[in-house]
Amino acid sequence: MVLDAETSLVRFENVGLRYGLGSEVLRDLTFRIEPHSFQFLTGPSGAGKTSLLRLLLLSLKPTRGLISLFDQDVATLSKDALAALRRRIGIVFQDFRLLDHLTTYENVALPLRVQGQRESSYRQQVTELLQWVGLGERIWALPPVLSGGEKQRAAIARAVIARPHLLLADEPTGNVDPNLAQRLLRLFVELHKSGTSVVIATHDIALMDQYDARRLVLHEGRMHIYE
Amino acid sequence: MTEFQHRDMPAPDQPARAETPIVPKTSIAGTALVAVVAIMTFLAALTTGAVVLVMKSASEWQSEVAREMTIQVRPVPNRNVDSEVAKAVAVARATNGVAEVRPYTQQESARLLEPWLGSGLTLDDLPVPRLIVVRVQDGQQPDLPALRDELTRQVAGATLDDHRSWVERMQTMAKSAVTVGLTMLGLMLIAMILSVTFATRGAMATNRTTVEVLHFIGARDRYIARQFQRHFLLLGLKGGLIGGGIAIALFVLAQFTVERFMGSAGGEEIAALFGSFSLGNLGYGLIALQIVIAAGVTAATSRAVVNRTLATVS
Repeated sequence: MVLDAETSLVRFENVGLRYGLGSEVLRDLTFRIEPHSFQFLTGPSGAGKTSLLRLLLLSLKPTRGLISLFDQDVATLSKDALAALRRRIGIVFQDFRLLDHLTTYENVALPLRVQGQRESSYRQQVTELLQWVGLGERIWALPPVLSGGEKQRAAIARAVIARPHLLLADEPTGNVDPNLAQRLLRLFVELHKSGTSVVIATHDIALMDQYDARRLVLHEGRMHIYE
Repeated sequence: MTEFQHRDMPAPDQPARAETPIVPKTSIAGTALVAVVAIMTFLAALTTGAVVLVMKSASEWQSEVAREMTIQVRPVPNRNVDSEVAKAVAVARATNGVAEVRPYTQQESARLLEPWLGSGLTLDDLPVPRLIVVRVQDGQQPDLPALRDELTRQVAGATLDDHRSWVERMQTMAKSAVTVGLTMLGLMLIAMILSVTFATRGAMATNRTTVEVLHFIGARDRYIARQFQRHFLLLGLKGGLIGGGIAIALFVLAQFTVERFMGSAGGEEIAALFGSFSLGNLGYGLIALQIVIAAGVTAATSRAVVNRTLATVS
């Protein structure tokens, strides 16, 4: 899908979130994520980064306010429509969440397989991407034998294989050494340059200092934006 | 993404690879479920086979008994029992639908009483009734009320026994066997559904990461449910084939054994009770159907549990 230049990928209007009867963990969030943009989502532990990512991933519903993804109010969407929206979002989990019984190749190809594409139609695309992220030699390895960095790259490859408009990464450098963290950041920057909007949730100041980008800072449930 | 888009790579000219199932094939829960389904299908197949055997035997006994009637002629004072027997034989032979009429001689009657009264007995002094066996033509039904009336009118001391009470008892027994069998099958079905429900819940818990990942990459609920349903359909089919296959093998072995020992006393007894142990097409067809039902129930139950779980997750 070609997005209108004026259309926001994500629009939050006065969004609040509380779990059960507790106090709000996210308050009055109002922000946009534009196409072809790059931003860090940061804040101290417990500030609500993961909750915000779950709202963006449509796995939580806000207690109040409006969330619009790709110009659609998510509150009014059916389950099938939500699934269709999720196909336009790539996610890199902090704990990778690779399926241990599938090979690296099959894990990366999973989003395309779920979309009903034939294996022969995406084989070249997956192989190329795996080589691009440096896993060309580990295509048929199972995740339990991959190193932390390899798992991270496989998770990133899975997130981008279906060419999402929006890429969300939760602490993508949390489990790797600074050298690899720098390489992974370069990977995200490449993806951004190719047209994908990127949101990296991190509390790694050193990582953020390496790339000049918008910062969404969560503090005590509220968001402060530094353009 | 331009880098990997423009890289020169060999064309994908190899045939499609077999894809690994998204739900892992082997797990302890899966093995246990195969065992449970196999045991349930085996027991269900044994029950079905036993019911079919009893039904077939009852039907054979029933038709055997229903093809025969007995006229009993009791000695009446001042009447010659032999001439009364002859009259009864003539009445029976004159009845439409009767194939054969055979009066038991006095000696044969004495032999029938030997187990109770001992041998060497002279029946002349005892008012022992005489029996006439009337065999009905196949597919014919004589007019029994007319025959009974005619015997009462012409033969002193004659009564007609058409073995109806025996037939009714056998029908009751056959119905009871079917009822008990169906009840057992119903209980086994419930046990199987419960087992599959627990196994599916276990599998869903074990594969929670798989379900979540599938959700986050945009899989629709029916796609996820289909993966689990396929997984459990295969498990159910495997269990059903093992259980049903063993049951079929047992029945074939029993049939072979009975046929082999048919000449011996034990073999005759077993054959008298269960027939030839041959289930026939109906019996084997029912067992094959149970294998399919076991797989179907397993798949349908797991689908229901998965859908419920997905609704909760969402």
